[in-house]
Amino acid sequence: MRNVSKALWSLVSLLSIGNAALAASSEADFRAAYAAADAAEHEAGRLRNQWIATEAALAEAKKAADNRDFDRAISAAKEAEALAKVSIFQATSEKAAWKHLEIH
Amino acid sequence: MRFWLITLAVLALSIAHRAGAAEGIDPATDARAFREYFVRKFPNVKLDDFANGPYALNEDMRRQWEEKEQFPPYEFSLETGKELFGTPFANGKSYADCFPEQGIGIRQNYPQFDEKSGKVITLELALNLCREANGEKAISYTGDDMAALTAYMAFTSRGKPFDIKIPDDPRAREAYEDGKRYFYTRRGQLNFSCATCHVQNPGERLRAEVLAPALGILNAMPIYRSEWGNMGTISRRFITCNSQVRGVPLEAQSDEYRDLEYFLSYVSNGLPISGPGSRP
Repeated sequence: MRNVSKALWSLVSLLSIGNAALAASSEADFRAAYAAADAAEHEAGRLRNQWIATEAALAEAKKAADNRDFDRAISAAKEAEALAKVSIFQATSEKAAWKHLEIH
Repeated sequence: MRFWLITLAVLALSIAHRAGAAEGIDPATDARAFREYFVRKFPNVKLDDFANGPYALNEDMRRQWEEKEQFPPYEFSLETGKELFGTPFANGKSYADCFPEQGIGIRQNYPQFDEKSGKVITLELALNLCREANGEKAISYTGDDMAALTAYMAFTSRGKPFDIKIPDDPRAREAYEDGKRYFYTRRGQLNFSCATCHVQNPGERLRAEVLAPALGILNAMPIYRSEWGNMGTISRRFITCNSQVRGVPLEAQSDEYRDLEYFLSYVSNGLPISGPGSRP
């Protein structure tokens, strides 16, 4: 019985250490996801083609992180990065594609 | 000595590159094609009537507008603009001192290309440059005072045809070309260009709005928009357009917006100034 109790305590301790590690990794993951999104949005800004939705997703990510809701924060940051990348693609492809709309 | 030789070589290369880039640009041919496109698309619209935007394309809207013009919603702004224009600055000078013809009947000549700065100078920018040259703070490009001042200046030019000049300067042709590129470039989450609405779909409805043709689109500026509940400048209109396609707007009077205004005004050369205007 004493051995079972000891094993249970060890399990609980292991689980709490695991949870703490998970939370820490979530914050680090958020920081990485946000940095990637922010860098992409900066590039879109350099190309003068930022989107309102990207800015909103970045703001949402920051707000969620401030509330320590890292799952939501990471998801919003990833959405922001995806949007920023599409806006970069748009700006890059339009460098030639705009000509197709021109009146001749 | 070697430093100066390298600097001179870089400068010469940069000028040559700019001249080369500007070589294939032909604004006069563009303007002809632009006009012909709209004339073909709307054969029943008289050329000068394109300066009246959606009212030239929609009979119901035109009737409502003609009734509204008896007591136009921009009238208060016009009076304010006249008063602001005539009020001396702290140094005793006024806006009139900054413009040819004392600023009366000259709206059709803006934007202009300034050879000294190598940039496009819009009327809104010229008004703020005038203020700053006389020790006054610049006013907001999207605010009521700027709308009122430009409304008054447009009113004094009513009926005068747009007369935008592109001097024989590669920088001017490039500014025009940059404006054209901005006009046709898709942007924002909706993937719309200015041309998507104002070349491909003028006369069509976008929700409750009837889209105006790009030809003559700036002739009625500034405008009172019922949607806004007040007057709006060209800067405000460009910023709103970019937001409407879910793009982050550029700063008012950025190079891009100034070049866009240069392009749009140039291709409407010959069409009369009809501002200030009103829109739903």
